[in-house]
Amino acid sequence: MVDVVIIGCGIVGAAAAYELSRYKLNITVLERENDVAMGSTKANSAVIHAGYDPEPGSLMARLNAEGARLADELCDKLDIPHKHCGALVLAFSKREELLLERLLQNGIKNGVPDLRILPRELVLEMEPNLSGEVAAALHVPSTMVVDPWEYTLALAETAVRNGAEIRLECPAEGITRIPGGYRIHTGKGDVEARTVINAAGLYADKIHNMVSEPAFTIMPVKGEYYLLDKNEGARISQVIFQCPTEEGKGVLVAPTVHGNLIAGPNYVPSKDCGDFATTAGGLAFVMKTARKSVPEINFDANIRNFAGNRAISDYNDFIISEAKGAKGFIDLAGIKSPGLSAAPAIAKMAAGLLTAAGLHLTLKDNFVDKRKRIRFLELTPDERKALVAADPAYGQVICRCETVTEGEIRDALQSPVPPRSIDGVKRRRGAGMGRCQGGFCGPRVLELLAAHYKRHFTEVLQDGAGSHVLVSETKRNPLCMN
Amino acid sequence: MHELIVIGGGPAGLAAAYGAWRDGLRKILIIERDKELGGILNQCIHTGFGLEYFKEELTGPEYAGRFIKLLQTTQIETALDTMALKITRSREVHASGKQFGYAVLPAKSVILAMGCRERALGSLGIPGTRPAGIFTAGTAQRYINIEGFMPGKRVVILGSGDVGLIMARRMTLEGAEVLACVEIMPKPGGLLRNVVQCLHDFNIPLYLSHTITEIRGSKRVEQAVVSKVDEKRQAVKGTGFAVDCDTILLSAGLIPEIELPTAAGIKIDPKNIETSAPGVFICGNALRVHDIVDNVTTEALRAGSAAAAFVLSEKIHD
Amino acid sequence: MTNIICIICPKGCNLIVSENGGTIGHSCARGEIYGREERINPVRIVTSTVKISGAVHSRIPVKTKTHIPKHLISDAMRLLDDVELTAPVDEGFTVIADICGTGIPWVTTRGM
Repeated sequence: MVDVVIIGCGIVGAAAAYELSRYKLNITVLERENDVAMGSTKANSAVIHAGYDPEPGSLMARLNAEGARLADELCDKLDIPHKHCGALVLAFSKREELLLERLLQNGIKNGVPDLRILPRELVLEMEPNLSGEVAAALHVPSTMVVDPWEYTLALAETAVRNGAEIRLECPAEGITRIPGGYRIHTGKGDVEARTVINAAGLYADKIHNMVSEPAFTIMPVKGEYYLLDKNEGARISQVIFQCPTEEGKGVLVAPTVHGNLIAGPNYVPSKDCGDFATTAGGLAFVMKTARKSVPEINFDANIRNFAGNRAISDYNDFIISEAKGAKGFIDLAGIKSPGLSAAPAIAKMAAGLLTAAGLHLTLKDNFVDKRKRIRFLELTPDERKALVAADPAYGQVICRCETVTEGEIRDALQSPVPPRSIDGVKRRRGAGMGRCQGGFCGPRVLELLAAHYKRHFTEVLQDGAGSHVLVSETKRNPLCMN
Repeated sequence: MHELIVIGGGPAGLAAAYGAWRDGLRKILIIERDKELGGILNQCIHTGFGLEYFKEELTGPEYAGRFIKLLQTTQIETALDTMALKITRSREVHASGKQFGYAVLPAKSVILAMGCRERALGSLGIPGTRPAGIFTAGTAQRYINIEGFMPGKRVVILGSGDVGLIMARRMTLEGAEVLACVEIMPKPGGLLRNVVQCLHDFNIPLYLSHTITEIRGSKRVEQAVVSKVDEKRQAVKGTGFAVDCDTILLSAGLIPEIELPTAAGIKIDPKNIETSAPGVFICGNALRVHDIVDNVTTEALRAGSAAAAFVLSEKIHD
Repeated sequence: MTNIICIICPKGCNLIVSENGGTIGHSCARGEIYGREERINPVRIVTSTVKISGAVHSRIPVKTKTHIPKHLISDAMRLLDDVELTAPVDEGFTVIADICGTGIPWVTTRGM
């Protein structure tokens, strides 16, 4: 029997695994997909919000501010790509200017540093490509952008380095109570645990209902995005929000850590948790709304559209508590925005709840809290020379758009949570993220994956289970010529 | 120091290097990112090359082979498996690869012959899912002709550029069923001869003034929704029909690869093999996309001559 | 009268070929011959690949050495299914000597 099973390895599950791996605990993480960060974490705005938005006194308010502070430390310690870019919340009318004032007061109450409202002239001086229609803006210097994939990965990898086990393609299909804990039934055998953390994101209600009476419902709400080429990345230097509405923070335009420009999301209920399809209407709305902030965006430079699902619950706050009548079963549910920002604080709160449930948390002496990766692109010519001389694999460029080398992909394959698919390599190393979208490097990455896992080319996956890239060899296929 | 570094060992780079050699340069290096010279011609196994330049009909590998053999009669050096990562206005080439690790190579002249890339899905803005099974036509061509693998069995081709048309035939000959070739414009994008011998010969329907308006499928492509478009290329509501397929090939245009000069602040005029940087020349599909390779060759020979003239005149001034 | 688009060169001339083989619309002599032939006996050069081991790639490109009748294309393709070459192979190497009694061979189009 392990001490803790964490169900779900998105940002919340990974943060919990990382936090708990400080302690002398046996930890098993169960993830239904073949990689970490495959649900809401995979497709969102990639922003670490400063925390001016949530209602003061709410869990969201407290955990956002604390989480953002922790995120900053984690990014440095665990080598997570991030950018301290700041943000502007734009007001286009007198009514919205009043709203800015309210956000400012909110922010001050929530402990957000250095907030101030700027007049039109200063806003346009700061960001000359913004719409001339802007009336004023709230300046939020502490907003960051981050790579959510690598954020999750860094936490998951560090947890594994510290002894946690992550089982991929291992969905929790049922839970029964046993003396002193729970038995989790997965497609790949049972796992017994003293305590359980439910970090199942979009599926958190279903997992909760396996042990306790229904207490909340998760509704997937879709957000659609444009990701534009790096030649659009310099149009703005900060995250540009519009005034928030009941439907969240609205359509933002933001630089990404990799230098691209992102625009989105809209807010439309999804058919189901697995519905990641973009729609003509949704994309048109995002384009139109983004242009309200930054009129000159060249959407022809789009390199990818995508959609993500928010885990919206029927509570207007995060649900972080022990499930009723289920001792040691902790729900971390309804983690909508600012969930990415709050995750490390949510994890600390979860650890507290486990202690309250009777789990003894004793710190390890040898907790590894460092992570460092080689990024060829960021090296100087002299550093590159030395690196390639020592290990020629770093001289072999696989992805030309993002300058990703064979050595870096090999590092990923040998890491604690290795990629199992072409998109898994993309999420870790950026190969295929660029303007040609893997047209050039796709076949090369496929070859590396096949060689590493000793698989036939036709077994290599684009992304999740069943997403085969190639269907057969050529020759001996019956012809269907008319 | 090299008199000339040619970036790219495809048809443009091969002819450019040869042109410079013919005009008297002796220290020439070709940097090629692949394991062999020839570039995209290696995977263009169909015929139709060389009618203008060689006055006979060759396949891509045969056309490339002619120049590779020609180069073997010279002392032009080649660095295979090597990627040029950066150039400067003062003609330094940063390259990385098997041959010399990471190196900064100065040169008296540089010819940019990086070719072009295919327009990817993103810029087409097609709504729907993003499952496996969506390839640019050129990537599918590489998988089939070089690696020997089929990317799918039931195919819809978006765009009627030459690579897409050629792949319609090629996939049919390898046992796939090409269900439709869909072109947003009222006329085909590729050469008429390719419409005839790649689509008509195999009864593959060509839908002009149509486009794909939605991609469906969760793991692998399951359906493409094809709709008619109006004169403004906007989808006409109610005209959509779903095609059951496992693969979508994109043949929606080629884009010159000019990231290297752009990053260096070197300006390109698509009508001119000279760039804004003295001694830096550009030719082939990196300059502008050519319909036929013979024209690439002619242009690249000119670029080679221009580089030679530049280097030799500098010598006189020295 | 038959309307034929010429495939001899990238121009793609619109040919009109009459019953007796007279052709109009061509802009070269090769086009004129093509129009006449295409009406009665359409022929194509077919290209494909065959398996090869011990080489830089796992397929080597091949072509029918000259034009074969269009109706033989799928039969010609099937002949390649079981061919497996071993490197080194020269350009022009005969892979299949006689395509369906035409006397025309499949040959490699590069060395490998």
